[in-house]
Amino acid sequence: MIITDILKEVFWSLSANKMRSGLTVLGIVIGIASVITMVSIGQGAKTSIEANIEAIGSNLIIITPGAQRGAAVSQGRGSAQTLIADDATAIRSEVQGIKALAPDTSRRYQITAKGKNTNTQVIGTVPEYLTVRNISMDIGSFFNERQIKTSEKVAVLGPSARDDLFGIHANPVGQTIRIGSSDFAIIGITKTKGGSGFSNPDNAVYVPITTVQHFLSGDEFLSSISVAAKDQGSMLAVQQQIETLLLRRHNITDKTQADFSILNQNDIISTASSITGTFTILLSSIAGISLLVGGIGIMNMMLTTVTERTREIGLRKAVGVKKRYINLQFLAEAIMLTVIGGVVGVVLGWLASLAVSRFAGLTTEVALSSVVMAFGVAAAVGIIFGFYPARRAANLSPIEALRYE
Amino acid sequence: MIECKNLTKTYRNGDVETQALRGVSFHIKKGEFVAIIGPSGSGKSTLMSILGALDTPTGGTYFLDDREVSTLDDDELSEVRHKKIGFVFQSFNLLPRTTVLRNVMLPLLYTDTSEKEREARAIEALRYAGMEEGKLYSLSNQLSGGQMQRVAIARALINRPAIILADEPTGNLDTKTSQVVMRTFQKLNSEGHTIILITHEMEIAQYAKRIISIRDGLIEKDIFV
Repeated sequence: MIITDILKEVFWSLSANKMRSGLTVLGIVIGIASVITMVSIGQGAKTSIEANIEAIGSNLIIITPGAQRGAAVSQGRGSAQTLIADDATAIRSEVQGIKALAPDTSRRYQITAKGKNTNTQVIGTVPEYLTVRNISMDIGSFFNERQIKTSEKVAVLGPSARDDLFGIHANPVGQTIRIGSSDFAIIGITKTKGGSGFSNPDNAVYVPITTVQHFLSGDEFLSSISVAAKDQGSMLAVQQQIETLLLRRHNITDKTQADFSILNQNDIISTASSITGTFTILLSSIAGISLLVGGIGIMNMMLTTVTERTREIGLRKAVGVKKRYINLQFLAEAIMLTVIGGVVGVVLGWLASLAVSRFAGLTTEVALSSVVMAFGVAAAVGIIFGFYPARRAANLSPIEALRYE
Repeated sequence: MIECKNLTKTYRNGDVETQALRGVSFHIKKGEFVAIIGPSGSGKSTLMSILGALDTPTGGTYFLDDREVSTLDDDELSEVRHKKIGFVFQSFNLLPRTTVLRNVMLPLLYTDTSEKEREARAIEALRYAGMEEGKLYSLSNQLSGGQMQRVAIARALINRPAIILADEPTGNLDTKTSQVVMRTFQKLNSEGHTIILITHEMEIAQYAKRIISIRDGLIEKDIFV
């Protein structure tokens, strides 16, 4: 009887003041939904960047040439021609804990095929590149060791490069493309992998490394050497061995003067994580501000509501309703408002996250912690500011409450 | 039924003490219609609060139906108000934007009375209070002053209280409506209800059978009309 009475009273009093109840709920909804959406964008960005970096390969170490140093002018990192195929061979034979290794020499070329042309990265490499960089084949096959030995003019296209040259989803295996002044036979297409943040493996043309050296670049210098360590635990050891080996091979005694640099995938991930972490903090603080504003809105609304109803509380006391039922009713009203607002806010925030990932192309990820936090703050504010003043009013003598203006 | 002995009430506001009642004693028997009359500041509102168990006196004793009310705590006072007293206020004090029926049923909230019985009793009370039929679901803010006061009277009647306490019930009404409301009280009294009316207007007090005049916290006159 008492419970149904309280529920009925709550329902009546909320529906008798639809505008006021609606605005209170709206404040809660906006606060919660914005926090959930913002945090989900931040989380999604973090996850997708990390996934992209993971997609480059697993346990990957990349060695790139360092800056070219002339008498006084530095040409910038990567510009030097300090890595050669022998370095790669030496690493393979002397460093322990390597699962796969692939040197490559890459440069952009204008590529033409049947009247269409594009400018893209041509990567001269070896079959192990597939393992090191987690690339798999869609159509046809990658070139093999024999084709490397004979410097065959064969090419494997990334799906984007294929789309640009032959049209979307075409199968150009068997046809030829022209890179520089040489024709290459297409023998395969790789699977779509998605941008990795640094280079796009989908928009590339893979050819045997020896072919590049003989027909395109005319030199033996490498753009990078990619090494996959056996497991995550051995990455640091592998990296140190490579550094020592290359310093020795390049006759450099001072580490800081090294003419190459070694990039560890974990370093990239932690750098990226710290960037996305900052990004998430930024978004969360914006969301936090909206939650704060929403909270103040709820507070304001609740305080007005209760103050406005002091006479009603007085009347209820005068007709003999006990204090605890008055308290219970206002507590139930505050809970009802925050729960409705909370549920709608969570659903709306979740839908907004979905909409963002669908229409803005950003990956989003709704974090449980943000849902709990947003809901908790809104509920706490709503209940405290709905219940506390009502309790105070219920403690007034009924005469004072009735005379309240 | 009501027995007051030497009631005093002192309000303290900082260092200033105000003596609203300085020793008031009287009896009211069942079925009486008493008007308590006095100018503003005479202490009649304070007396009304104490009689209505809204407040407790500083000194003296107040028995209502042989129960000592002056020493009760908040919950017990609620109980007394709920069971024994029906209030009619000057400013009606209806729940805003709420139907007539729900307003009248308000005192039955959080009791064991079934919904069906609540409605039946509300309809009966509205009939006693002279409220026209067919207004059960009108909202309180759509009623005229006279209608609002009759709803308030019905609300006071619904618990079949021992006494009906009316605090300036005609204060916000015009002369004609005031007459209608006062006749309603007379009719209720003739049906056996005990009514205590607080007013500052002699004209209104004339409807009662007994007039107690209060001045400066003391009874000045106590006459049967």
